[in-house]
Amino acid sequence: MIYRSLFPRDIFADLDRLQREMQQAFDLSPSIRGFGRGGYPALNVGGTQQSVEIYAFAPGLDPNRIEVNIDRGVLTIEGERPNSLPADEKSAVHINERFAGRFRRVVSLPDDADPGAVNAEYRDGVLHLSIRRRESALPRRIEVK
Amino acid sequence: MTNNVSKTEASRRDAVLPPVDVIEDATGITLYADLPGVSKEQLNLRVEADTLTIEGEVGLTTPDGLQASHAEVSVPRYRRVFTLSKELDAEKIAAEMSHGVLKLRIPKAEHAQPRKVQIRVS
Repeated sequence: MIYRSLFPRDIFADLDRLQREMQQAFDLSPSIRGFGRGGYPALNVGGTQQSVEIYAFAPGLDPNRIEVNIDRGVLTIEGERPNSLPADEKSAVHINERFAGRFRRVVSLPDDADPGAVNAEYRDGVLHLSIRRRESALPRRIEVK
Repeated sequence: MTNNVSKTEASRRDAVLPPVDVIEDATGITLYADLPGVSKEQLNLRVEADTLTIEGEVGLTTPDGLQASHAEVSVPRYRRVFTLSKELDAEKIAAEMSHGVLKLRIPKAEHAQPRKVQIRVS
């Protein structure tokens, strides 16, 4: 990671960064595929009784070029983020922390998620996937006659 | 004064440091910051003296009764502070937000722009 800043060093920013790296090292058990550089895209996963909700923090993408696939209960988010760094030699890159290149993240869906009922929306750089749970899996009261 | 300091520390604690790219060319500096989930309205850019502060709140639409099972983004706020150098013209900063990426252009002041010096040969 290049951190040769034109701006004078900010001690608080450095401490924050250290803290973030420590958090990544200890709090999260990394998956076998790792998190990629800078953890792109970061994922938040949750659910309600009716649906499974996935938020992928994937800024700077063309929504038409994000690949989302579900195959046998495994959801894959794939794509490529273009590099914003200039190719010419006249500009100097002082900080380069943002992710560029191909990415792929995989989430195992619960058994009751319905791959036929997925709603995907990309807004402000966050991909929100909402996958409905199958009707049959919803809690239901059974009438006793 | 002490009160003031502890307040800043408290506000520092719960914000994520967004990754940035900073590129300098002859006429100024371009800064890109990844702020996914931040809309134009929730972005807060400030220049005070020579300090540039980028702040943003993450606004996600979440359904009622959502229970998180895995969260890599647990703090809904970004903050990053830079000290600008003297030759930069803070008055003329241009900002643009697109798909969660902030692009800032900070031009160099007129007097700091490169100039070709003519050499006369006598």
